[in-house]
Amino acid sequence: MQDKNQNKDFHHALKVDNDLCFGCTHCMTACPTQAIRVKNGKATIIANRCVDCGQCYIACPVSAIDVEQDDLEMIFKFPVRVILIPSVLIGQFPRKILTSDIYDALKEIGFTHIFEVETSIDMVLDSYKQFMDEHKERPMISTFCPAIVRLIQVKYPSLVGNLLRVNPPINMSAVYFMEKLKASGIRENEIGLFYATPCAAKIAAIKSPVGEIKSPVTGVINMNFLYNRILKYLQNKRTDTGVHHTDDLTSKGILWSLTRGEVVHVSGRTLAIDGMKNVNEFLENIENEKFDTFDFLELRACDESCAGGILISGNRFLTVERLQKRALRYKDQETTQELKTKNDFQNIKINQFLDNIEPRPMGRLDENTAIALKKMERKHRLMCFLPGLDCGGCGAPDCETLSEDIVQGNALISQCVFMQQQMISQNLLSPDQARQINEDIWGGDRLGKDCNKIELEDENN
Amino acid sequence: MQFRHKIAGGDFAKAGNVASSVKKVLQQLNIDHVISKRTVIALYEGEVNVVAHAYSGIIEIEIDEEKIKIIITDKGPGIADIDQAMVEGFSTATPQVREMGFGAGMGLSNMKKNSDFMKISSIVEEGTVVELINYLKPDARQESK
Repeated sequence: MQDKNQNKDFHHALKVDNDLCFGCTHCMTACPTQAIRVKNGKATIIANRCVDCGQCYIACPVSAIDVEQDDLEMIFKFPVRVILIPSVLIGQFPRKILTSDIYDALKEIGFTHIFEVETSIDMVLDSYKQFMDEHKERPMISTFCPAIVRLIQVKYPSLVGNLLRVNPPINMSAVYFMEKLKASGIRENEIGLFYATPCAAKIAAIKSPVGEIKSPVTGVINMNFLYNRILKYLQNKRTDTGVHHTDDLTSKGILWSLTRGEVVHVSGRTLAIDGMKNVNEFLENIENEKFDTFDFLELRACDESCAGGILISGNRFLTVERLQKRALRYKDQETTQELKTKNDFQNIKINQFLDNIEPRPMGRLDENTAIALKKMERKHRLMCFLPGLDCGGCGAPDCETLSEDIVQGNALISQCVFMQQQMISQNLLSPDQARQINEDIWGGDRLGKDCNKIELEDENN
Repeated sequence: MQFRHKIAGGDFAKAGNVASSVKKVLQQLNIDHVISKRTVIALYEGEVNVVAHAYSGIIEIEIDEEKIKIIITDKGPGIADIDQAMVEGFSTATPQVREMGFGAGMGLSNMKKNSDFMKISSIVEEGTVVELINYLKPDARQESK
């Protein structure tokens, strides 16, 4: 189901691994934008609907959803290899592992410089204030979480104008560190900037940015991959590696990516909401203007925000706890540090703001309203026939989505297992045809599994 | 294309459900989002009015290539003085209703602001009928004025 007008090149970081996927529907029912169908026994993702939130990754029982990442070997093309780490990378480790241990491990993995992503937070906050002074739309919605930006583009297009279009901390920090390194005499083409990402949406945001020309980040390394490499290194830890790292953090920066990390610094009536389901429910009401106006909304796709990112290996609640403790230690040095980074930033030209963000409404039945009306009438007639159980037996997540797929010519009413029974009893469909339809959805050998063989394999393990 | 929804008086938790479902329909029909937003806001206010003041109501929505027409028919106390009811801030809502954040007296004027055409007829002690039209093409809107 592709809307013709929409950008086919839209990049997604989530892919289905067909070798592992067995078409079980967990991801299909978990997807908040109905972007998944099962065909030929495998889940398929519809690019125009996917917002890279990663709910499918969490739901999959066999780890068949892959999160794309750049090959680690790629970093060795650059003499200066910078890893940009968000505070949640440190936060997810048990407290007995010191920050300096983690830095040493990153050096051992191959990075020459370690910089903290949240160094630019004061600059970001100044930009928030400036943007809110210059733009009178309310509520302003944070663009920090890229899955939320994409969700608003596809599902709440009328709220696109409410997005607070400030360049996210990763981009501002990347430019800042790039300039700092260049000032120390290193040439730009010798520097590789790599981002340790806690989620798929941030990868999509870097590979296919919304509202900006190009991300200054060279590549992304998934945090779960780094987590394992760091722990492995620490098992047989060697001596201090003397890696370059900056410690320009403030408690603001450490807490920024956690829930309420933004709202506590924005004046006016604000609200922080995390979790895809909660955000959806709230945006629905905001779009209807059911609530009085807020000044600022901090919306994050993951439970406990970035601490609950799909690529975070540690427990999200413990990650929050560790970061809160770390932030307390940084409180004392706050003011001097803020002044120092602010001065540094003032000497560097950084794009503070994003360009326009376009709506990409999903689920339009047709560009032409007259044709769309005809399709809508047909859709409603179909809904009347379908059982309304949302069982997923047709390969679509619910009856309404199936009826939309049918009017768009992407599905048949005989895919519904209940309709099949009706049609067979009325001689409109033969049992063989029905079996063929089910095989097209669920694959040919669905019930032909060799149960004994599986048991033998288990014994061998 | 026609839709009919029943609404129960006094059920504030469900106020807005009709507006939400209509919003989704308008999005699928590729209706301009400014027109869609105006319609949804006017409809939401109408829904709240039925919930806050009437015993029960029916909302009929008719969409064709030219316009979106909404007829909200309720059984309820009716409106004695429609001109007065249109004044911003005038409200007959009970203190309990106001406590819940409704009844600020902006409903009817908001509905008027967000529609191209609005007609109210009411019989006291029987009920009220509100008819709203939003045109899909800008020239049609001009002609109606």
